[in-house]
Amino acid sequence: MRFLIVLLLAAAPLRALAALDIFACTPEWGALARELGGERASVYTATNALQDPHHVEARPSLIARARRADLVVCTGAELEVGWLPLVLTQSGNPKIQLGQRGYFEAASAAKLIEVPQRVDRAMGDVHASGNPHLHLDPRNIARVAKALAQRMSVLDAKDASYYLEREVEFQKRWQAVTLRWEREAEPLAGMPIVVYHKDLSYFIAWLGLREVGTLEPKPGLPPSAAHLAELLAGLKQSPAKAVVRSAYSDPRAADWLAHEARLPAVVVPFTVGGTEGAKDLYGLFEDTIVRLKAAAR
Amino acid sequence: MQRKLWCAAALAAAVAPAQAQVGGAKAFNPDISLILQGTAASSSQDPENYRIDGFAPSGGEVGPAERGFSLGESELTISASIDPYFRGYMTAALTPENEVEVEEAYFQTLALGRGFTLKGGRFLSGIGYQNEIHQHAWDFQDAPLPYKAFLGGRYNDDGVQLRWLAPTDLFVELGAEAGRGRPFPATEESRNGANAASLFAHLGGDVGASTAWRAGLSYLRATPEERSFEDGGVTQSFTGTSELWIADFILKWAPNGNPTQTNFKLQGEVFRSKENGELGYDDGVAPATGDYASRQSGWYLQAVYQFMPRWRAGLRLDRLDRGTVDTAVPLAGPLAVEHDPSRVTAMIDWSGSEFSRLRLQYAEDKSRADATDRQVLVQYIFSLGAHGAHKF
Ligand SMILES: [Zn+2]
Repeated sequence: MRFLIVLLLAAAPLRALAALDIFACTPEWGALARELGGERASVYTATNALQDPHHVEARPSLIARARRADLVVCTGAELEVGWLPLVLTQSGNPKIQLGQRGYFEAASAAKLIEVPQRVDRAMGDVHASGNPHLHLDPRNIARVAKALAQRMSVLDAKDASYYLEREVEFQKRWQAVTLRWEREAEPLAGMPIVVYHKDLSYFIAWLGLREVGTLEPKPGLPPSAAHLAELLAGLKQSPAKAVVRSAYSDPRAADWLAHEARLPAVVVPFTVGGTEGAKDLYGLFEDTIVRLKAAAR
Repeated sequence: MQRKLWCAAALAAAVAPAQAQVGGAKAFNPDISLILQGTAASSSQDPENYRIDGFAPSGGEVGPAERGFSLGESELTISASIDPYFRGYMTAALTPENEVEVEEAYFQTLALGRGFTLKGGRFLSGIGYQNEIHQHAWDFQDAPLPYKAFLGGRYNDDGVQLRWLAPTDLFVELGAEAGRGRPFPATEESRNGANAASLFAHLGGDVGASTAWRAGLSYLRATPEERSFEDGGVTQSFTGTSELWIADFILKWAPNGNPTQTNFKLQGEVFRSKENGELGYDDGVAPATGDYASRQSGWYLQAVYQFMPRWRAGLRLDRLDRGTVDTAVPLAGPLAVEHDPSRVTAMIDWSGSEFSRLRLQYAEDKSRADATDRQVLVQYIFSLGAHGAHKF
């Protein structure tokens, strides 16, 4: 028993005097919560950029962090179905349960694309509500920021104006950079690319790139030799500019195809922390555009 | 008739969630999933006469897979929020003998707060590590030997469970359960109050980005009455106090916490059982009763490595120590045999996706004192319907 008490004391965190304890499922929402919350929010990010967001485990450390959270910020659209429900029910924390004010889904503020007409697992791991990787369109980041700041100001009412003012500031800067990115990324319009998984669809739709194939034969299934051969044959007919994969995905298949098709293999950060340059949300888009432009030439 | 209706409903329900979640009235549909399992097995000893020598039979389904083709249990799980305060959950197993067994059926609180969660109904107990993991998520087709010998495969009592999670970065969870004493080593009694109770503590955390762990200590206490087994015309029964301690740990490693390409899992548990009371021996000729005291133990250690996407290989070692069994009463059946059972199991499995798995497993099982049972089996596990979340 004494051992347990010592452990408990050792584990007791030196908590910042922040008003809002935020549990973010993925790095992009962690970064956004930091932008809006400033010093009033202490943000814990449950996963890192090198983790496949589709395959996260309900680790004990996540359950422990969810226990104290005032607000859970996640993607929704079933991206976290494999782990978040367990973390929430085991946390013993009523504030962050589904439907409570402390539970925030980014997907509720954004418009989802690629909503399937019908869903059947024979089509792979498709999501009934649409493509969940919505953060790679900066206009979605702006929409989510608005809803999230609102939620933060409701949860921490005495600091409401703090969050809302930060949000206005953020939107100003964000709108300016979005316009700049759209200008700078003009050479990417119409650029044909092969992707690993349909996790760049929002980025592609935003800047008008053209996805001409995926390394996965079906969403969520690893690339097969037969499918890669088929892709390669297709690329000989109508060539692409690059084989693009997110930092968390396996390099082997992408590198093989790029080599065989004599195309550049491009790694994009996918989320904050995925590459050296993607230090925050600005860096995420900046670096993605730079890397793709280098291949577009 | 009722059974037929049930099955039809189950099938219909298993197909339904494909269209669910899209809003409207369907959004209120519970999550429904169905697990299909089966084996094709061959063994050098007849599974019909399987026994764990040195230990009292638990009466549970602990034997190895039947010879030839056999259907495993089909598991139907239905779960949903009941209201903002409760969640409901049920898993029913449709056995190959055409029976429906309620494995779990419980409510769980969502709104107690301060880290408390209360569960009530029938549920897999929080003792040990593997006990709370559903069979279809096990890394081997069957349970480790100590689970078979000391818990009849797994412990799912009817009762209540209270858990408390500490507000610390280190995962610290304490739990207590009180129950009817339905499963082995307890017995059901018509008695006010509980026939079995347990306590458990879990600690857990991360080491860097790549490693996560959990360790636990559990205690189960039951007061069985006339817990009996029959062997060769002799009935042997135990009345007294049964205590069980379990120390468990699990360690999971994946590069940067990303298990998609490769990952590794090491899991082990140590069991110690202590029973004190009275033993009865009845061969119909000269029945006897007398004091009984036993100290028995066991452990298993298993490692599973995903060496490339879809493929995993695993190895498991089990060992039971008969320990001491003190009584003046004659012993019957496997309990009479001086034997320390052991087993080595190897497996390799392939997963087409998160929802399908095929497994080849080989075991050398020395549960019986006089023979080594060489078992080979192929197993399939398919999951339909809602994408269930997996326990760590
Ligand atoms: Zn995806």
